[in-house]
Amino acid sequence: MNKPLRRIAIFCGLLILSLMIRDNWLQYVRADELNANEHNRRVEIERFAHERGNIITADGQTITGSTETSGNDFKYKRSWKDGPTWAPVTGYASQAFGATQLENLEDGILSGTDNRLFFDRTMSMFTGDKKKGGNVITTLNSKAQKAAFDGLGDKKGAVAAIDPRTGAILALASTPSYDPSTFAGNTSKDSKAYNALQKKVDPDDPMLNRALRQTYPPGSTFKVVTAAAALENGLYSGIDDPTKSPVPYILPDTDHQPLNNEGNIPCENATLKVALQWSCNTVFGKISADLGNDKMKAEAEKFGFNKEIFNPVRTDASVYPKDNRPQNAMAGIGQASNRATPLQMAMVASAVANDGKLMKPYMVDQLQAPNVDVLSKTQPEQMSQPMSAATAQKLQKMMEFVVTDGTGKAGQINGMTVGGKTGTAQHGVGNKDNPYAWFISYAKSGDGSPVAVAVVIEGSDTTRDDIAGGKLAAPIARDVMKAVLDGKK
Amino acid sequence: MSVVTNTTTIGAIEAPSRRNTELALLIFAVAIPVFAYANVGLAMTGKLPSGMLGYGLGLGLMAGVAHLVVRKFARYADPLLLPLATLLNGLGLVLIWRLDQSPRLIQRAKSAWGKFSPDAPHQLLYTAIGVALFVGVLLLLKDHRILQRYTYISMAVALFLLVLPMFFPAVNGAKIWISIPGLGTIQPGEFAKIIIAIFFSGYLMVKRDALALASRRFMGLYLPRGRDLGPILVIWALSILILVFETDLGTSLLFFGLFVVMLYVATERTSWIVFGLLMSAVGAVAVASFEPHVQSRVNAWLDPFACYTSDKTGACEQIGQAIMSFGSGGTLGTGLGQGNSDLIGFAANADFILSTVGEELGLAGMMALLLIYGLIVERGVRTALAARDPFGKLLAIGLSGAFALQVFVVAGGVMGLIPLTGMTMPFLAQGGSSVIANWALIGILIRISDTARRPAPAPAPSPDAEMTQVVRP
Repeated sequence: MNKPLRRIAIFCGLLILSLMIRDNWLQYVRADELNANEHNRRVEIERFAHERGNIITADGQTITGSTETSGNDFKYKRSWKDGPTWAPVTGYASQAFGATQLENLEDGILSGTDNRLFFDRTMSMFTGDKKKGGNVITTLNSKAQKAAFDGLGDKKGAVAAIDPRTGAILALASTPSYDPSTFAGNTSKDSKAYNALQKKVDPDDPMLNRALRQTYPPGSTFKVVTAAAALENGLYSGIDDPTKSPVPYILPDTDHQPLNNEGNIPCENATLKVALQWSCNTVFGKISADLGNDKMKAEAEKFGFNKEIFNPVRTDASVYPKDNRPQNAMAGIGQASNRATPLQMAMVASAVANDGKLMKPYMVDQLQAPNVDVLSKTQPEQMSQPMSAATAQKLQKMMEFVVTDGTGKAGQINGMTVGGKTGTAQHGVGNKDNPYAWFISYAKSGDGSPVAVAVVIEGSDTTRDDIAGGKLAAPIARDVMKAVLDGKK
Repeated sequence: MSVVTNTTTIGAIEAPSRRNTELALLIFAVAIPVFAYANVGLAMTGKLPSGMLGYGLGLGLMAGVAHLVVRKFARYADPLLLPLATLLNGLGLVLIWRLDQSPRLIQRAKSAWGKFSPDAPHQLLYTAIGVALFVGVLLLLKDHRILQRYTYISMAVALFLLVLPMFFPAVNGAKIWISIPGLGTIQPGEFAKIIIAIFFSGYLMVKRDALALASRRFMGLYLPRGRDLGPILVIWALSILILVFETDLGTSLLFFGLFVVMLYVATERTSWIVFGLLMSAVGAVAVASFEPHVQSRVNAWLDPFACYTSDKTGACEQIGQAIMSFGSGGTLGTGLGQGNSDLIGFAANADFILSTVGEELGLAGMMALLLIYGLIVERGVRTALAARDPFGKLLAIGLSGAFALQVFVVAGGVMGLIPLTGMTMPFLAQGGSSVIANWALIGILIRISDTARRPAPAPAPSPDAEMTQVVRP
């Protein structure tokens, strides 16, 4: 009976061998794939198993934290200090609803899984330190952010502020806002809080990041771009040349459809400087029409229109479309199909303030390991040159004149040179909805400008005239600029 | 030395008993689980578990008693079987204890039954009963050939044990448990496995010549006469039918495999293998086509992650979780107490205990574990080879073949190699009947190996011996 016994022995050996091969297949060959499987809850468990790194402002304020939870699977949950103020910057990181914006984009560093933290992880394995995520040092200025958020108050709107010299984003506020801490966990309370914030439930859409993800008609603030296009293309050589523009200006290719000004202002044949001072629709509409759609579009694109910007958070593309002549004339005054994000308009102001150089906006300054070693530091980078330095200086003069003698007086700061431009964009068919109040500006001291800012306020029901931007938005811009300048002293 | 009266020139050479080897291996077999226990405690709570001393002493005591009994009553037994079984049982206890500490499983139990009771203490008790049964086997069964006498009785007992669960309600889709008030539940199939092997051995030993030789040739195969094959075929078919009605797939597969293996060994005819494989293929397709319980298992095997996208069936969820658990373990594993194999939830410490090994001890641990199982099977087959009587051979190969098949069916099912059929990993998984029955199985193997390795009795001294040595001048 020994021969069949030997064969059975071989058969049993094959059974065990096949188990071993299968196990190698699962645990060696497919290990990575299975470990990253979307249904594998271990990934999430690991993410929340230790304290998440923090997001920190440029002036050293920690704006996030971690709270220990009593839940079984996830030991820590994210918390935010002053969540509503910072939500447009950080995004959220929820156990149940995933993460957005910086919390999502820098998740590798924050959760400690990034390859750049390999050495750190290995070290802490030997030293027995608790695993912890790295930190993200942003470029944001906590005082400017607070000024922006407080300034917006209960109004619906957004503020974006940039350092024109580097492109560093100093403030990014959006109202109404939300507190990401309310749904950071995965309990039913969290999901109730999350659902209440959805647009379906809350028409104010508090989770919309208005500074980056909402485009508005830029209204008269766009006249800065139109003026830059006029000077760059040599339509006028100086800001004091008369523009040969009639009042009212009849839109091209239309059956005598007039483009009017807001109120009785001295616009007929006005110089560029005066036209910007009073925000003459007729002058800038004519400039846009004279230059034509291609040139206007090209100039707008140099300022960053028509493409998404990653700072690293995605910013919606602002739009200056290819269009027919009457629409193009309207786009030249920031109406019709022309749309811009608040960040985009802050970039316009910053390019002017920075002598024509547009720096690429960014909001992550440094990535730090848990032991505060710097892993990477963002170097400022020029994005484009929308205009020559000479043109920029002419525009500065004009914008500064708007603040001292024009519609933007509310933007004045004692002892500082401030340039600005107001805007009130029509909204809705036949202008029936409340208009958008805009203000873009920059402040300047001896060595260039440390801050450029754009403010937009939606649907305030106060006034409809062109001064609305000056009345509503300019004070907020002033407070934000002041907060930055005070910090410099 | 013992053969003082032996006057032949060549004495019987005594095979080394290897009892000291067994003792040395047993020390490892106890020490490794104790270290594992400490490891779990340190990983989960940061300090040595309070029960460690008691646990170590308990396991050591059981191993010591078993060893002393083997030393006294089966001194030529295979030295590997006891240490390997002890190591597996010890590791199983650690794993069950580790899963008892899982807050996820505690919460699950509380929400399902309103209370949580740890399984490890029960398992320790069952282990003690198992070792007691092992000792009992060695004490009572002086010679395994005694079992031949009970061929037909064991047939009756095996059938009785198999039928019994039909009168009890199904648990989780399978009617394989009987519940005795106050004692808990018993899985009679585990014991039936041993008893039916005894019946097959006894019957085949008697009828093997008739089966192998008195046969008619039919389509190239040698078919035995009905009167020889009939009874065994009936018993086998009955047991399979019962198990199918109880939807205990694993055990029916095991019985079928056992039957084919033993028939092949007894008759030495390869045609049995062909015949067996054909029958099993037909049976498997037939059962899979009408039994929904089986169909869901097969579907889960084909696509372990299907339930995440379409329907939510429990079986699929478990297999998907088990496979991810293996994958997450990777080469070296997360370390005991640091994995998340408890995500499997239901049956984490029973059918799926292997995925805890896979995740927390990794590929390395799994290889070691499979080798331990392989070694037990190999020692069993060696015992069969060394056995001097056909009954012992058949019983030893039956038991070790059943053991190998059970390991393959369970581990293959959990790892997604074959459809999941629901049996327990011998010694490792939580479950009283399994531990007790497998200790009995090891006891019988040790008894057979003791007989097999015992030195041949010295030739009786010849009455003429004195004469031949007398050299007269």
